[in-house]
Amino acid sequence: MSAPSIVVVRDLVKTFAARGALLRAVNGVSFDVRRSETLGLVGESGSGKSTTGRILVGLEAATSGSIKLFGQEISSTGGKAALAAVRRRLQFVFQDPQNSLNPRMRAQDAIAEPLDVVGGLSRAARNDRVRELLEMVGLPSSCGDRFPHEFSGGQRQRIGIARALALRPEFVICDEPVSSLDVSMQAQIVNLLLDLQERLGLSFLFIAHDLAVVRSISARVAVMYAGSIVEIAPKRELYTFPRHPYTQALLAAVPRITPNKTRTAVVTGELPSLIDTVPGCTFHPRCPFAFERCRAEKPELREIAPGHLAACHLHETPV
Amino acid sequence: MAEQPLLSVENLTVQFCGDAGWVNAIEGVDFAVRSGECLGIVGESGSGKSVSALSILKLHSRANARYASGVIRYGGRDLLTLPQRRLRQVRGGEIAMIFQDPMSSLNPVLTIADQIMEPLRQHQGLSARAARRQAIELLEMVRISDASHRIDDYPHRLSGGMRQRVMIAIAVACRPKLLIADEPTTALDVTIQSQILELLRELQREIGMSVLLITHDLGVVAEFAQRVVVMYAGRVVESASVAALFERPLHPYTEGLIRAVPNLDEDVHRLATIPGNIPDPSTSIAGCRFNPRCREAVKSCLAEPPALVDTGVGHFARCPPRIAAGRIV
Repeated sequence: MSAPSIVVVRDLVKTFAARGALLRAVNGVSFDVRRSETLGLVGESGSGKSTTGRILVGLEAATSGSIKLFGQEISSTGGKAALAAVRRRLQFVFQDPQNSLNPRMRAQDAIAEPLDVVGGLSRAARNDRVRELLEMVGLPSSCGDRFPHEFSGGQRQRIGIARALALRPEFVICDEPVSSLDVSMQAQIVNLLLDLQERLGLSFLFIAHDLAVVRSISARVAVMYAGSIVEIAPKRELYTFPRHPYTQALLAAVPRITPNKTRTAVVTGELPSLIDTVPGCTFHPRCPFAFERCRAEKPELREIAPGHLAACHLHETPV
Repeated sequence: MAEQPLLSVENLTVQFCGDAGWVNAIEGVDFAVRSGECLGIVGESGSGKSVSALSILKLHSRANARYASGVIRYGGRDLLTLPQRRLRQVRGGEIAMIFQDPMSSLNPVLTIADQIMEPLRQHQGLSARAARRQAIELLEMVRISDASHRIDDYPHRLSGGMRQRVMIAIAVACRPKLLIADEPTTALDVTIQSQILELLRELQREIGMSVLLITHDLGVVAEFAQRVVVMYAGRVVESASVAALFERPLHPYTEGLIRAVPNLDEDVHRLATIPGNIPDPSTSIAGCRFNPRCREAVKSCLAEPPALVDTGVGHFARCPPRIAAGRIV
């Protein structure tokens, strides 16, 4: 029933050399993104969520693993040439519109830059497209000749989105697009992304640390911890019946506005080092339910309910 | 009820010098912190929440900031007119402060020991040995394991959460009466944030100190504070107990802000928004500063700057139309 997958990632690994040691930033990540769907990717710092996004868009090369974009394999070695063909169908929205826009470039030129790189548009057609994009993201078409500093943070993120949409992509990776924005601006941008998705049939990979923001925009959500996906499920399922102890801890840790009934225990410990990898499950040193097997054997991500996958020995026996 | 607050800020106006000359960063700010309570100040960027907090200990640079009006009453004195020497005794002693980014607020070239011992030697005149002993106790108090070894580490050896624990140890070293915490968990991951808030809660009880918590996160305020002050564009727009503010917000800005927070426990089709943008402090807006973004603005909102009015139950709001409507009901 579900739409075809336009992104298929299997066993993605990215290691970095860190002072003679090997840092495993992404450690065997697999997921799909379906057409016109938003997959949320949540995790704390060092979980590997941003690195995963950067590999997909070609800003980092994968160490190993397979990535299929629009049915075409982007091999981890000869990535560049193969990527060029699909790159236009894939765009990226950065976290901080303050730093990702060139301060000396007018909004209209920043938005038109992808069009200019590809070429083939007349001056008039280019300018029409820029005006259309500005309106699409809710900015007055007359503000194109202003510089980034003349816009507010929320407006700058709108420019970042317009620029990403210039080449009519099908798949957009948003890396923490609202985390530097204030609450009242954040809601506007989330709604804009939802509207654009409806209108243009876009697929999103929405990377963020804020679980509530991710819930508001995603159809399915993947939770990452220390380089691996520990749980992935349709959003209502994940937020209502989280199965992995880390997901449960994460949800319990978020301070809520609604006076909460019983405060769940605070999870102890800190995020593990990515250099000295823990044997077994990476979460076991912090897990209140860890048992013998968790210390020895890394759990596989497996389906525990339809569409709901978790990597946890507690859920190994089929339901 | 008539109990004297520990600290009260009255009619505080602070100006910064910018391209457009002197601009009011905050204007006519009033709030009071009672003994043993946690008062939260929430607001978005440019609301003036941090400016207000930094003013209490006069931490703004004298070159481009001035205290144009107001008093800050603390222990029968006005901190704004206190001589520099006396103010230094208050800073880090009776009133301590922790900041958002524990990396940039610890000195990278001094060990943890040096930095925790400094206030102990400065304010309490302890010997180096006694200060070190107490510093180790403080590290244990903020739950740093293996404190007697960790104390000789430099800040870069610690994680973000650990560094914030060290900052807290320094701040509570002299058992302050008031701890000003400016976005203490904003730079931290959510599981670490809950650990730090839990620690602050325990220390507050143990030491009996008041906490002034500055944050943009309404959830943090809801869970941690007893009373809240909401700021917008340099002014206090509402203040109330946490329960009253979240259940019956009076000011349209507060209401909009609460509704704009994405819900973790429910699915919504679209988030509620506040239209428009946060105004730049240098732009002058006649009447209520929120009127350009307010869906309920009436003629009088554009003309007169509204006053902060008590509705009678310790719930203050700067919105005459809403308050008038409330009286009819």
